[in-house]
Amino acid sequence: MKSTPMKGNTVKKKALLAALTAVAVAGLLAACSTGGGSTTSSGTSPKLSNCSNKYVYPKAPEVSVWGWYPNMKLVVDNFNKLHKDVQICWNNVGQGGDEYTKVQTAITAKKGLPDVVMLEADHLATYEIQGALVDISKLGADKVKSNFSAGAWNDVSGAGGSVYAAPVDGGPLALIYRTDIFKKYGITPPATWDEYAADAAKVKAAGGPLFGDFGANVPALTMALQIQKGANPFTYSSADGKKIKIDLDDKTSQDVLNYWAGLVANKEVGTSDQFTTDYISGVVGGKYATYVSAAWAPGYLTGAGVGKGASSGVWAVAPLPQWDTSNPVQTNWGGSAFAVTNQATDKKLAAEVALGIYADPASLKDGWTNQIIFPLNQSILKSDAFLSNQSAFFSGQTANKDVYVPAENAYKGINYSPLTVYYYAQLQAESTKINQGKETGSQAAAAVQASLVKYAQGQGFTVTK
Amino acid sequence: MANADATLAGSPARASTRTITPRRGSKAGERRRGRVGWLFIAPFAIVFIVFLIAPLAYAFYLSLYTKGLATGGVPVFSGLDNYIQAFTDPVFLGGVLFVAHFALVLIPVQMVISLAVALVLDAIVTRFTRFARLMIFLPYAVPAVIGALMWGFLYSPSFGPLTQLFGANAPFPLSPDNIFYGLMNVVTWQWAGYYMIIIYAALRGIDPTLYEAARIDGANAWQVAWRIKVPMVSSALVLILVFALIGTLQFFTEPAILTQVSNGSITLGFTPNIYAFNQAFQYSNVNYASALSFSLGIVVFIAVYIFLFATRKRGGFLR
Repeated sequence: MKSTPMKGNTVKKKALLAALTAVAVAGLLAACSTGGGSTTSSGTSPKLSNCSNKYVYPKAPEVSVWGWYPNMKLVVDNFNKLHKDVQICWNNVGQGGDEYTKVQTAITAKKGLPDVVMLEADHLATYEIQGALVDISKLGADKVKSNFSAGAWNDVSGAGGSVYAAPVDGGPLALIYRTDIFKKYGITPPATWDEYAADAAKVKAAGGPLFGDFGANVPALTMALQIQKGANPFTYSSADGKKIKIDLDDKTSQDVLNYWAGLVANKEVGTSDQFTTDYISGVVGGKYATYVSAAWAPGYLTGAGVGKGASSGVWAVAPLPQWDTSNPVQTNWGGSAFAVTNQATDKKLAAEVALGIYADPASLKDGWTNQIIFPLNQSILKSDAFLSNQSAFFSGQTANKDVYVPAENAYKGINYSPLTVYYYAQLQAESTKINQGKETGSQAAAAVQASLVKYAQGQGFTVTK
Repeated sequence: MANADATLAGSPARASTRTITPRRGSKAGERRRGRVGWLFIAPFAIVFIVFLIAPLAYAFYLSLYTKGLATGGVPVFSGLDNYIQAFTDPVFLGGVLFVAHFALVLIPVQMVISLAVALVLDAIVTRFTRFARLMIFLPYAVPAVIGALMWGFLYSPSFGPLTQLFGANAPFPLSPDNIFYGLMNVVTWQWAGYYMIIIYAALRGIDPTLYEAARIDGANAWQVAWRIKVPMVSSALVLILVFALIGTLQFFTEPAILTQVSNGSITLGFTPNIYAFNQAFQYSNVNYASALSFSLGIVVFIAVYIFLFATRKRGGFLR
């Protein structure tokens, strides 16, 4: 009979043990969830942690910012030093696509966005249609409108005078080339795309390096080159956000893709994805004679090690080749702006940051002297220091005056759609097929058009061609 | 009483009747015991429900709705439309076809390698064996992401060893024509050691007197391996096959990491899981992505069911 109470005891002990285990597990789970929460939702929590920068005035209210400029740390420090009433908590969550993936996820989750986010103009409509961006026209943006050209302001504006971001830099396109290779094969910078193709053939025939690169992973550049020839990919206005005109299969779009497909087929240009380690090492090693790219490219190339050692002093820049020299057209790739998100805790304060960050003279000067940004603020574009600056990357060439400022002044703005992410993915997939020799440019253009129309209809748009 | 206990303990059938008897006595006690039982299950059940059942239910709920950019982001109930779209989506079907093809080639290769290595390590006993076993297992201990990054560099046309060996005409293992084998190499490298350990453990569990008996009957080493060892570990082999089949159909990490360096060979719909990921996080089609995930689950379930049905006589581990 003694065994019975003992058993009762063990049962109780076990019950207690089980209960303790359950509590312990629950505690662990709770720890997990709070741990995860604090890292993912740093955007809107009142006390921000994990900033990549230190506060200058720790007691001031904080605004969280995402951005990827190579000199962003300096820019943030400059801002914080100048503002006693607000401090930036900055994080770099990735360049371009990497950041957009996080932004889109945070929009879908309805939490996790920072107060202010760096975006390229081509992505504004995508997030605006989801209600994720705040109209800052009345929060101070209208006051700085006169500092920017009409084209630059168009790129950040929606219907009815709304403004969805404060512009910082643009990306006028130009032809970056290697003077050593051009000299060796006796060529001068091509003024037209026909000359570009002829020079490519000449260098190839002489056993030279590739003349350029048709990177499938830079669809924004491909689109910009199509627009240069007169393509008008999308017609969209946030005034009637249900209607969109998609025209990706017109003659000019086909022509540009066919042009590059021809160069690829002749093995005159490379087919490497850009911004990869392999591509950069090719650029440093003289594998490519030219690089069609934007005004911000030298800063990024320098950061990746180009222009130093073996590849120093060999770079120069010329205006973008034209299809018709009597009617030159300038176009744009990238360039970015700061937008206030709808998840911002204090939208007015966030707008102050969006308009004030990268707008102080010291940050702008650091940005443009290192060619990380091509500033859009007219006070700089017209300044002597900017115009007469001799670019270190381009061996002392006055690149701003000769190439980039005229290109920027002639740029008229692009009508971006809210389908940018999907469109770029499709254009990239089809460009890859061109590079693999599986498709002609016309086939690629038709495929992109078909999939975009289908996608837009699935998203509820009324599509016209 | 003590005597009865001792005899009862020896007989499981009667022991069970004994445990039932006191329950009849009080219903309160029964209920209390029931509650204790739930407490025991609780640690597992909570984790199981929070991290598996709830997300699955939520994903299924999402998969029944459709949301459009132009429709104000309001989800509309659309029933099984997303599933119909998935099973008629050429990108999804292409991805399923790829992983099926991949599994068909990869799994036999992995099995042969891991079985051969396990047999060799089991047959030879030297100091070198332990070292070799560790080295073969090591790739599995390397996180899949790190492993994939490492292979990305090894495959690189600019700094990879292939380029140094063959110069400018070096094959690029991630080109559209080679990517199948390039990825197969990475996965085999990563997993063969793990499968080898499973087989090896099963081999160690075989009673050595069987070998002795076989040798007395005149069997040589080959015959011992083929006629005794392999049949004895067949249930471990079936287990590995199921692991490999499920893992391959859900192929994600390696191609996702290598996308960046594949120069476009790895597309946005390369495998069904990558497609679902991109639909969710690139295109914000969370609803369609949920439907894709469930569709993949259906495909995996059918594949595993067919496989287990086909091997039901040999498959020991489900009995």
